[in-house]
Amino acid sequence: MARGTTLRRHAHRWRQLDAAARWIFPCATLIFGLFIIGMPFGLPGQAALRPVYAMACVYFWSLYRPGSMPAPLVALCGLLLDLLGLSPFGVWALLLLLLQWVTLLLRRKLVPARFLLVWAAFTVLAAAVAALAWAADSALEEIWLPTTPLAFEGLLAAGLYPGLAALFIKAHRGPAAVEQA
Amino acid sequence: MIRLSVPLRQALSRLTLPVMLVFSLGCILIGRADQNLSDHLSTALDDILAPAYMLVSGPIQAAEHGTGEIGHLFSLSEENAQLRAQNAELLQWQEVAMALAAQNDALKASLHFMPTPTPEFSTGEVVADLGGVYARSVLVLVPPSGVNPQSLLGAIALDGRGLAGRVVDAGSRSVRVLLITDINSRIPVAIGTSGAPALMAGNNGPDPLLLYWSPSQPPAEGAMVLTSAEGGAFPPGLPVGVVHYNQDNQPEVLPLADLDGLRLLRLFSYTNKLPALTPIPRSAPTVAAKTLSRKH
Repeated sequence: MARGTTLRRHAHRWRQLDAAARWIFPCATLIFGLFIIGMPFGLPGQAALRPVYAMACVYFWSLYRPGSMPAPLVALCGLLLDLLGLSPFGVWALLLLLLQWVTLLLRRKLVPARFLLVWAAFTVLAAAVAALAWAADSALEEIWLPTTPLAFEGLLAAGLYPGLAALFIKAHRGPAAVEQA
Repeated sequence: MIRLSVPLRQALSRLTLPVMLVFSLGCILIGRADQNLSDHLSTALDDILAPAYMLVSGPIQAAEHGTGEIGHLFSLSEENAQLRAQNAELLQWQEVAMALAAQNDALKASLHFMPTPTPEFSTGEVVADLGGVYARSVLVLVPPSGVNPQSLLGAIALDGRGLAGRVVDAGSRSVRVLLITDINSRIPVAIGTSGAPALMAGNNGPDPLLLYWSPSQPPAEGAMVLTSAEGGAFPPGLPVGVVHYNQDNQPEVLPLADLDGLRLLRLFSYTNKLPALTPIPRSAPTVAAKTLSRKH
């Protein structure tokens, strides 16, 4: 009898660990991805990939699994993005939180919508956030920054989202599904 | 774990986002008030990440070399013929260079030329391209047996062919090099044989622009661009690039350094021999000097 309770307790502890691992999965992949994108692969426009990847992560997980993307961790990822990407400290933290806020407001409309609409909404939001980042960087560095990276980021956001979403949907049903723990 | 009532918990969860928004606004203000804070944080982060990046970039480079070797097997004879032709051409150039060196020595001897002392340099491996969307910089891992990375602040980075940038941040084992293509980079240069002065300004694109050249001596297409000692920030005569007129008929510099594929950088510390007005720190970096060095 006593052995049964210890076994059950052990099983309970393992389940808690499993649930925690599944809960942290979205943020962990976001932070890990930010580091990976800094590696010297020699891809053209690699630096523009980092904010686009962060935006896609925050958007997707805020939409389908908001519990796994808490605001403090989003702010932390934003600060990390600022430090890695040499933008003024705090700008991307603010922008990612704004993106999350807008996404949560649109959640009721976007979650039951078709994929095309979700994709279009992400492209518009990402372009708007990239434009805000450009404006904030220009204002804080007191210099007119070139606008070509803006267009590139918009294209990158539109082009990469379906691929990233396919990966995220797989994760959403598998390794990030807290309810399966 | 503290047990909270359901409405309170809901209210708290609704409050986190606005609170974090205010927190990030605070971060922007703090970063604005104290530029050194974010510099210190990013340097610390670079120091932590540099070995990790090295672990990953090592195999990538090895794989690159590996595929290169396998790829070369198929075009071995073609490449041999090409190399033989190139070798013959280079032998001719060697003769020219030797003749010129001899002539140079003779001229220097007759002018009582004082040779400039060779600066100390340390070689570091580029472990990561940490540029942002609006910034161009690379992270260089300094070998532990070499000099103290802190003394490399303000050092000039050259790759095998030409000027690549300058050290703006130094941690305990890594340094960050701001490339000449960065939008904050301003480098005084001398153009062509006449040494006409101009300013090379980065624009975040691949080729920096030439500004403030004298209208009476416009830069000629194909002229060599060297660093100039104007302002005292750079030693004179380091190779930078070649003048080229772009589509808008603006002169720009095609850099000699392969800025997209930097692997190794030599960091030259000229800082001890520079004049007093140099806007870069010499031994102990002060706050004012550091912010200045960031803007070149």
